[in-house]
Amino acid sequence: MPDQGPSWDVVADVQLLLQFHFMQNALLAGTLVALLAGVAGYFVVLRGQSFAAHMLSQVGFPGAAAGVLIHASPVLGLIVFCAGAALGIGALGREVDAGHRRESAAIGSILAFSLGLGFLFVRLYGGSAQGIYAFLFGSILGITDSDVELTLAVALTTMASLAAVGRPLVFASVDPDVAQARGVPVRLLSLAFLLVLALSVAITVQIVGTLLIFALLVAPAASALQLTARVGRGIALSVALALAFTWLGLSLAYFTNLPVGFLITSLAFAFYVAVRIVKARSAMVAWS
Amino acid sequence: MLPALELENAAVRLGGRLVWSRVGLIVTEGEFVAILGPNGAGKSTLLKSLLGVVPLSEGTATVFGSPVRRGNDEVGYLPQRRRFDPDLRIRAVDLVRLGLDGERWGLSLPSAAKSKRVAETVELVGATAYQNRPIGDLSGGEQQRILIAQALVSGARMLALDEPLESLDLSNQQAISELIRGICRARGVTVLLVAHDVNPILPFIDRVVYVAGGRVLSGKPEDVIRTETLTALYGTPVEVLHTSDGRIVVVGQYEPVTHHPDDH
Repeated sequence: MPDQGPSWDVVADVQLLLQFHFMQNALLAGTLVALLAGVAGYFVVLRGQSFAAHMLSQVGFPGAAAGVLIHASPVLGLIVFCAGAALGIGALGREVDAGHRRESAAIGSILAFSLGLGFLFVRLYGGSAQGIYAFLFGSILGITDSDVELTLAVALTTMASLAAVGRPLVFASVDPDVAQARGVPVRLLSLAFLLVLALSVAITVQIVGTLLIFALLVAPAASALQLTARVGRGIALSVALALAFTWLGLSLAYFTNLPVGFLITSLAFAFYVAVRIVKARSAMVAWS
Repeated sequence: MLPALELENAAVRLGGRLVWSRVGLIVTEGEFVAILGPNGAGKSTLLKSLLGVVPLSEGTATVFGSPVRRGNDEVGYLPQRRRFDPDLRIRAVDLVRLGLDGERWGLSLPSAAKSKRVAETVELVGATAYQNRPIGDLSGGEQQRILIAQALVSGARMLALDEPLESLDLSNQQAISELIRGICRARGVTVLLVAHDVNPILPFIDRVVYVAGGRVLSGKPEDVIRTETLTALYGTPVEVLHTSDGRIVVVGQYEPVTHHPDDH
């Protein structure tokens, strides 16, 4: 960690931040994950699928453990479990009128079972808690160059896929009946979105950890949607917030030695709470 | 002139159950048609079959001379729903825009022509004042105006409206009915409107289509909504009463105990 603390000289601070290769990689990977999660998160929150995002960011844990147990790659296990879970809830379908009750019950059941499985696999392997710890909270300060390249590939693929299907996906998310009548493949899109989300989470989660992915998938988009009801601005704001929380969190961690995951989630949470308070106050003013 | 809508010997099965069958129906362009009938009789299913969302198990259905299909720009649809979620954070005008090109793949690039078309349609339904507010913040009547604009914006010559007056207060029911009638008369748009209660729209409609007992009957309101006609259609005694203020009440109406998935 640095011998000098942060000063009010921003240029000097940035130079301090970037003097080590591990920090450059952390910032690069963090930036890519923030971009990906900011865009995907907009759709997660618009579709009311925060719980599904939570599941997808956790469900890879038994997958990774299984991969280690059978001496295959943990990433393979992650992909199989995440994709399987996505297909499972996607196959059930969503009834908007039912308030997504069926989906949320299915997610809860899958999530509990997957954590149970993960517990079993870790016990069978006789492994230490260290691996679980790394999976849940990530090791963003130990990212290799090839990790950065992999994250770049995933971020680009995910954002390109979402750019291609974004418009009908918004339509299907806010107005599924009309979208279907207009020729949008609503169920197929719903499944495709979950699969894209599952794959990008499966690959990035082993690099930055469950905590960071989940935090960046929900809180920035939730804040952005409170601040604007325009689609384009909402996505841009969600990305901007995800980037800001990530950069600020990493910088603060560098200078304070507090955990990165804690700092980024705290920033995201504090901002969300502030937005809700401001919105609630303005609603009260409008009422009185 | 080709009819706006033609059903020939049409039938629909949903989950093995025959909803209605042997339906023949011709709607002329520019007509305002009310679709009436008890819960679960298949009124919503009738609209969905015209949209190509529910396939016919028998017979044919054509709209402006072509077989029905999903994504037909000539047919605008307003589905049955209670209200938008108050937390749905998307602008009303964006919802209208989705009716124009929401089914297309790829990025949505700014288009002056499309924005102009959306603005004109929003103005036609009188929703310009609140078009930039989130849809969930709008009142029931305001939401219905936006949805009518969304149904019209692709250049629809036919509107399939599923209970647009449901859950509106009386003055809004009247205002929305008048708006729909105006669009029908001024632009020659054919309107098919599913309703629970015929009274709010009775002054405006040219024809009623009555769905009951697995059959469909159509004709002028005064010819169809009669004790003898409806008793024959329902296959059970039904009485049509006329109140002193000109309202029609159908009593003894057979309401099936089983719940239909489309009519909740």
